[in-house]
Amino acid sequence: MAVSLRRRLVWQLLALSAILSVALFVAVRIGAERASEVTMDAILGAAAQNMAEELRVSDGGVGIDVPSGTFSMLAAMGEERIFYRVDVGQLTVTGYEDLPLPEKVPTALVPVFYTVPFRDAEVRIAAVARSVRIEKTLRPALVLLGQTREGQRSIAAELANRAALLGMAVFLAAIPISLFVARGLIRPIDSLAEAVERRGPRDLRPVRHPAPTELLPLVTALNRFIGRLRGTLSQTETFIAEAAHHIRTPLAIMRNEAELALRQSESEAARDRLRRLIRGADDAARSAGQLLDHATVLYRAEQADLAKIDLAEMVRAVANRLHAAAEMKDIDLQITVEEPLPAEGDAVLIEAALRNIIDNAIKYSPSDTRVEISAHRIGKNGEILVMDRGRGIGAASPELLKRRFRRGENVADVAGSGLGLTIVAEAAEAMGGHFELFAREGGGTCAKLLLPLS
Amino acid sequence: MRFLLVEDNADLAASVAARLSMDGHAVDQAASLAEAEDCLGAASYDLILLDIMLPDGDGRDFLSRHRAAERETPVIVMTARSAITDRVDALDTGADDYITKPFDFAELEARCRAVLRRRGGAAQTRRSFADLTFDPLAATLVVAGDSRDLRSREVRLLEVFLNAPGRILAKEHLIDRLFSFSEPVSDNAVEVYVARLRKKMTGSRARIETVRGLGYRLTAD
Repeated sequence: MAVSLRRRLVWQLLALSAILSVALFVAVRIGAERASEVTMDAILGAAAQNMAEELRVSDGGVGIDVPSGTFSMLAAMGEERIFYRVDVGQLTVTGYEDLPLPEKVPTALVPVFYTVPFRDAEVRIAAVARSVRIEKTLRPALVLLGQTREGQRSIAAELANRAALLGMAVFLAAIPISLFVARGLIRPIDSLAEAVERRGPRDLRPVRHPAPTELLPLVTALNRFIGRLRGTLSQTETFIAEAAHHIRTPLAIMRNEAELALRQSESEAARDRLRRLIRGADDAARSAGQLLDHATVLYRAEQADLAKIDLAEMVRAVANRLHAAAEMKDIDLQITVEEPLPAEGDAVLIEAALRNIIDNAIKYSPSDTRVEISAHRIGKNGEILVMDRGRGIGAASPELLKRRFRRGENVADVAGSGLGLTIVAEAAEAMGGHFELFAREGGGTCAKLLLPLS
Repeated sequence: MRFLLVEDNADLAASVAARLSMDGHAVDQAASLAEAEDCLGAASYDLILLDIMLPDGDGRDFLSRHRAAERETPVIVMTARSAITDRVDALDTGADDYITKPFDFAELEARCRAVLRRRGGAAQTRRSFADLTFDPLAATLVVAGDSRDLRSREVRLLEVFLNAPGRILAKEHLIDRLFSFSEPVSDNAVEVYVARLRKKMTGSRARIETVRGLGYRLTAD
């Protein structure tokens, strides 16, 4: 299944920002907890040291002056509870005698910190040790100072919530940014695709559209493919030209011999056969010619071999060329051209279009009629009209007649390949022009060819 | 008229020559450019029919030399190469016209007439019968000093009659000469053109007779 690059990119960017958001949340949460714990431990340790220093020995007893200022400072950090225990030797002198001792008993005034569950709460304890002299004997004394950390927890939780919100915000901001970035990255692909898409159906020139380095292999592959296609088309054209040539000479011999035999034959049955033979040879020659023209038009259309030409001059030249064909049927060609009609075009394509239109008009016109050919400027276009008094296009749609091998329903008695109008339409399209066929008022057909002028 | 036919395919050359001779033309054949040069050196022709692909060279090169030497004989190129580019080429190198193989002889004759007419014509193409003077190039018929223009089919029809004066020509035969083989022909088509030609011949001693059931015949009183 095809996967959209854009979608994939967006998803990856979003996944990345989700990971970043979570990491941000975790980092803020752990960092905040660590920071507040270190601060509070410092205060707790200082308070425990303070207490230990206040241990007094008097009259063989041990006294402690619990500093109320220290306690209120500890309690001020939220609603924390304070626990303490002072041991001298193996005896608890004051405080909670069940407050757990540290695993490793400290040996100096440097506090040891640990966390233990006590009275349904987690208690953080700082333990310090010192020696006190009782009746000339040095006795070890241990001071434990504990503090719940519920207030600190809630502050840390709130901080973490804010961090979570920030993470979410980062993630939300990442969505439009990812879409934007993805679109920016995909844009060269889109514009390349559009450039290829915009080409005419016959444009087989290599793609020269600027593309990012990563797309160059694709463009190169595309151009190689186009090159191969063009080569195949050109070979086809050469092949058809050769084939047409090799068919035409024997056809000419066949036709000439048949015509000679027809002149000499007295039997009407044989003459009829000879006529059919000649018709067949003419059909074959005509089809070969039209196929060749069609291949030429297809091939030239993509070459865009433009040169400065005069449409008026071309119309006159092509019409004059077909004069003999018209004369055979006593058809008058009436040529009205407004000159000059300068255009940029492929003379071969335009010649093919003009010849096929005029040839068609002559072919489908009855004897002793007139075919009117005119060329003049209409705005930016040259308009070439070929009007006949022939049988018209009948019930067929003009669009249908332009299709390959498609002929009108009213022309079965006239030889034709069904390629003539296709050639005209394709040549016109390749020149950026337009070809239309419609019924002429008062009978007959009007062919209109529009070609852009320069 | 005298033709020089330059064509290397022997069968094709034979059939073209036979067909032209049948209409009363003289035809010299050349199978190569060298032979063509020999013929041109020895005789003068009204028209050259030139094939493009010949064993000793390209007909278009011959054309260029022909034009460079300022020889006036008109040339019609007969080509089997029907590619549009070839057609454009042939005219560019100085051919008077070209015709694509295979061709209709009536069309070849029409093209020959058109070329000769453009080139100022040859007076010896005029033909006479009784008090008629017929100029196929100018497409005119002169009856007792009165000149009448003929349409193309009338010219062809009159030529057919003048080639066989006094002979009965069947309707089918005339149809074959007047119409292309791929064109629909109505039953009375020949009658129409015979009637037109008779009208153009009004006032002449020559006339076209209907031989009932057989055809038509050109006679003179």
